[in-house]
Amino acid sequence: MKRLTIPYYFWRAVFVVIMIAGMVATWLRISRGLGGSTNLTDQFPWGIWIGFDILCGVGLAAGGFTLAATVHIFNIERYKPIVRPAILTAFLGYLLVVFALMYDLGRPDRIWHPLIMWNPHSVMFEVGWCVTLYTTVLALEFVPVVLERFQWKRTLRWLRMVSLPIIIAGVILSTLHQSSLGSLYLIVPNKLYPLWYSPMLPVFFFVSAVSVGLAMTIFESWHSSRAFGEALEWPLVQGLSRALAVVLSVFLAMRVLDLLHRDAVSYLWIPRSETYLFWLETLLFVIPMVLLFRGRLGPHGLYACALMVIFGFITNRLNVSITGMEASAGVVYIPRWSEIAVTLAIIALGFALFRFAAYEFPIFNGRGLKHHAA
Amino acid sequence: MTKAVLYDSTMCVGCRACEQACAARWNLPYNDSIAAEERLSAHKLTTIKTFPDKTNGDKYSRRLCMNCAEPTCVSVCPVGAFTKTALGPVIYDQTKCMGCRYCVQACPFGVPSYEWNNRLPRVRKCDECYDRQMAGKPTACTEACPTNATICGDRDALVAEAKKRIADKPSQYYPHIYGLTEAGGTSVLMLAAVPFNQLGLKTDLPEEGLPELTWHALSHVPDVVTIGSVLLGGIFWITHRRAEVAAAEKPEKETRS
Repeated sequence: MKRLTIPYYFWRAVFVVIMIAGMVATWLRISRGLGGSTNLTDQFPWGIWIGFDILCGVGLAAGGFTLAATVHIFNIERYKPIVRPAILTAFLGYLLVVFALMYDLGRPDRIWHPLIMWNPHSVMFEVGWCVTLYTTVLALEFVPVVLERFQWKRTLRWLRMVSLPIIIAGVILSTLHQSSLGSLYLIVPNKLYPLWYSPMLPVFFFVSAVSVGLAMTIFESWHSSRAFGEALEWPLVQGLSRALAVVLSVFLAMRVLDLLHRDAVSYLWIPRSETYLFWLETLLFVIPMVLLFRGRLGPHGLYACALMVIFGFITNRLNVSITGMEASAGVVYIPRWSEIAVTLAIIALGFALFRFAAYEFPIFNGRGLKHHAA
Repeated sequence: MTKAVLYDSTMCVGCRACEQACAARWNLPYNDSIAAEERLSAHKLTTIKTFPDKTNGDKYSRRLCMNCAEPTCVSVCPVGAFTKTALGPVIYDQTKCMGCRYCVQACPFGVPSYEWNNRLPRVRKCDECYDRQMAGKPTACTEACPTNATICGDRDALVAEAKKRIADKPSQYYPHIYGLTEAGGTSVLMLAAVPFNQLGLKTDLPEEGLPELTWHALSHVPDVVTIGSVLLGGIFWITHRRAEVAAAEKPEKETRS
């Protein structure tokens, strides 16, 4: 019992500290604008609020559509127990992305403008619509959980009738959204470092999102099994890990071919920070792929692989959005403390909301965690 | 017939009259310290850059919005706050802008600036004096320039003028008109005595407009939607049909046996 209580209070203290820092940073953002709360400049207009909160946030939510497609479209029923946690993660992820966007936009009061002031030539316009529509779809996918909790059977039956088009729309919107975040960078061929700039960026963003979606699902299953005090659903997680290995191999093969076709291989050996960070990113994908293909991993090994993929993915997104843009910008961007505080507060909020939902609503095994504890 | 500005670096004496006239036109403050900043910002929409040269005398280069023929800012703006006018200038509607700063990120010339310290911030950039040109007047910088280093007029006429200057005095000019083809061509043309990268200008830009790069990806959106829905619907039908058939066959087999 003692072993449990110490980390519990430790994490609670960390949470409180992060939230207080986040609130101070929020006040700075409101009272002093972007200039007083970020290190952004005309030379470097997008920082970690885009690079992490948006690019990584959306990617880490990719488990939702990956599993929704697996179970509801491909009808692979055995993954059903983990669809709900994945959809919950996606839903919370998207809500937090919209929340983070309110910090990053210079005029958050105009966040709705793309919905009525159209410019179909803009990738950002596509991104805006995808965020709006897919958040709506995720809400519809999550609503049954709430309805079950309160036993609203008629609404539930009505929702089930339209569930197929909703799920198909969700998969398509996700595909568009994940890839469009990569398309955002197609417009900066002379700014993004050649190791990352590629006409294939939208495809890379999509495939790597699928891989991190699977990794996040393994990550959650591992943590939920610990919270339950139950064994990991081993065959399920093993199945996910094999799928992850295949997706990673596809992703890495495409990256290699891309470097070859663009004659960018020579950049792999230039001794500069971009090269090192590219290798870090690549190794964080290669090592788990090799380990997963070899198999024979225990729960901790699988968890470590999932973590590596998650960190590899985050490194990739930060490389595209920050590392890869610095050289051409001619400035060094280091986020201000308030930028980091807001980002940490959003992550902490995500964990807290997930925990709350998992306790209150039938997410795992058809019941809220609080019923399991009893 | 689009309007353009021609800036001839070899005729520029670095007096900054253009900067001052520009600030006056936008009601922006202007003083010695702002003059010394030498970079575009939300309070300085054009600037002279000095490139010290002890042997041949200092060289000057001007920065202002290039008002591209195929403007990246117009294409990337999610709310269509930028418009390429028929006259040539690219104008900005601050009432639409939500502050995503994709224009600042995407502009190949690094032109648009953001009002970082304003609580209701706007993007700022030169609009080639759209209102003045509409009224048939020259741009404020042209009017202020004492040496005619900056002139304005119809783009075709200015291109011809630039070519003539290079042909007349080949020893005095680097043989290229900056802006003729850069990023698909711009409404600001520049001449100089040295290669343009020595004046801090980007020379690695493609000759086609950048908007084509993202449009190529965006044009696939309808394909993903149609092919995707049909494919996913089809897969759903096959996989669930298989399960239905299996479920229907099961009791049959049981009754037979």
